[in-house]
Amino acid sequence: MAAPTAVVDAPATFTKLATRRVITNQASSVVVWLAFLLALVPLIWVVWTVVGNGISAVLNSAWWSQSLSGLLAQEEGGGVYHAIFGTLVQGLICAVIATPIGIMVAIYLVEYGAKTRLARTVTFMIDILTGVPSIVAALFIFSVWIAVFGFPRSAFAVSLALVLLMLPVVVRSTEEMLKIVPDDLREASYALGVPKWKTIMRVVIPTALSGMLTGIMLALARVMGETAPVLILVAYAPFINTNVFGGNMASLPLLMTVERNNPTDAGFDRIWGAAVTLILIITLFQLLATFLARLTRVKTS
Amino acid sequence: MAKRLDLKDVDIFYGKFQAVAGVSLSVPPRAVTAFIGPSGCGKSTVLRALNRMHEVIPGARVEGKVLLDSEDIYGPGIDPVEVRRTIGMVFQRPNPFPTMSVRDNVVAGLKLQGARNKHKLDEIAEKSLKRANLWNEVKDRLQKPGGGLSGGQQQRLCIARAIAVQPDVLLMDEPCSALDPISTLAIEDLISEIKKEYTIVIVTHNMQQAARVSDQTGFFNLRATGEPGRLVEIDDTEKIFSNPTEKATEDYISGRFG
Repeated sequence: MAAPTAVVDAPATFTKLATRRVITNQASSVVVWLAFLLALVPLIWVVWTVVGNGISAVLNSAWWSQSLSGLLAQEEGGGVYHAIFGTLVQGLICAVIATPIGIMVAIYLVEYGAKTRLARTVTFMIDILTGVPSIVAALFIFSVWIAVFGFPRSAFAVSLALVLLMLPVVVRSTEEMLKIVPDDLREASYALGVPKWKTIMRVVIPTALSGMLTGIMLALARVMGETAPVLILVAYAPFINTNVFGGNMASLPLLMTVERNNPTDAGFDRIWGAAVTLILIITLFQLLATFLARLTRVKTS
Repeated sequence: MAKRLDLKDVDIFYGKFQAVAGVSLSVPPRAVTAFIGPSGCGKSTVLRALNRMHEVIPGARVEGKVLLDSEDIYGPGIDPVEVRRTIGMVFQRPNPFPTMSVRDNVVAGLKLQGARNKHKLDEIAEKSLKRANLWNEVKDRLQKPGGGLSGGQQQRLCIARAIAVQPDVLLMDEPCSALDPISTLAIEDLISEIKKEYTIVIVTHNMQQAARVSDQTGFFNLRATGEPGRLVEIDDTEKIFSNPTEKATEDYISGRFG
């Protein structure tokens, strides 16, 4: 039989996978995995240390329901109810101020300002504000609110400093969420004879709401752990203070820094217990953010 | 309710760039007018100028007159929001509101304009969906999200939404270009039906579609890139497709260019 020699001699269309590419691929995979594990080490280490040292204090029911009022520094027992209260109150006031302002700024930037000079200036200012360290925000509020206006140190002053830190994050995340709402939807609404403001309120914001809420909750979770503002703008109190405009008020970061001067076992337990509590609260907020996002997400079926 | 539209020497600019020059034409009521022409010839721009939708783009402006039953829609003190209530629009891509149910999508225009009467809105939703030939397909899922419908259903939903606000004129910007042939047919049937009550202007890239659905066809063209688009001729659809006056129209329709 005449073998079709031409076929045998024809150069193959596909060449074998080059050894070099195989090695590069494997090496890259190893590097990526190593980087991932390396990043995991400090995370696990931190959680291990904090939980290991603080869990005993947190498991005591008094921890959540009592303050440290009337206890001596070396006395075991009591709780951080007052500090949890302070952290939540300061965070809440901050959110109440920063959220509406932040959302309105973002709406201006995306829906009205577009590429005007004012919008570009605002964006630039927000960028600068994003980079301001918390200690600078705290000192600024101290110099304006307390030194110039003469108000006393208070939880409210802390909230004002937190607003400076939270605001740019809210503006940025809301801006991104509004930008990804398709222009088709705005046009569809205009074409129905709906005014612009109503289009924003009833079409654009509901579409972006899920992402906006996530951004706000994450920003809030971040500022609640801030230490510099509470160190400068309010003094520690071992009891509950419901007056946000005056008097001393504890918060979890502040309690931790105060108890560092307490060399006894009781102080040690309180520092680590407060750390666990703070991590728990922030995790809770992040879970709440995920939950709210899921609840308000745009559904297709 | 259908009203006529008259354009007199309409020039349209985007900033310094002139997109359309010297368009004069009449759109009769209770008939379909189609705009055809190559890409970039300004037919969509003219369409968007008919309900002031081009004003969404900063720097866009119109010179000349657009009359709705002899009332200038660009006249002083005329509110563009009110113009758009009177002259509705359906877009190229179906764009139902993703946060709203099928029923809420249909009555979105009325609800956002402040209508509250739930019973009446339900009635209007049913009537509009029936008019858009969509009622039988969605009557069991009125409370489901509008985004869950198929592309063709979504486009009919958008048409139902546009006619629910009872406009006098309905503008359609390539309403079938994102749809399959069967959905296209459904929309074309729908257009033929609702033209009894509305003035319809449709922009299309599909010449067979223009021939099938329209009573009057306008051919737009530009002399060279960078030049403004112009209306070459407008006449009865039958005449445009069988015996056009201008040679450019004949060349375009017979596929010699464009």
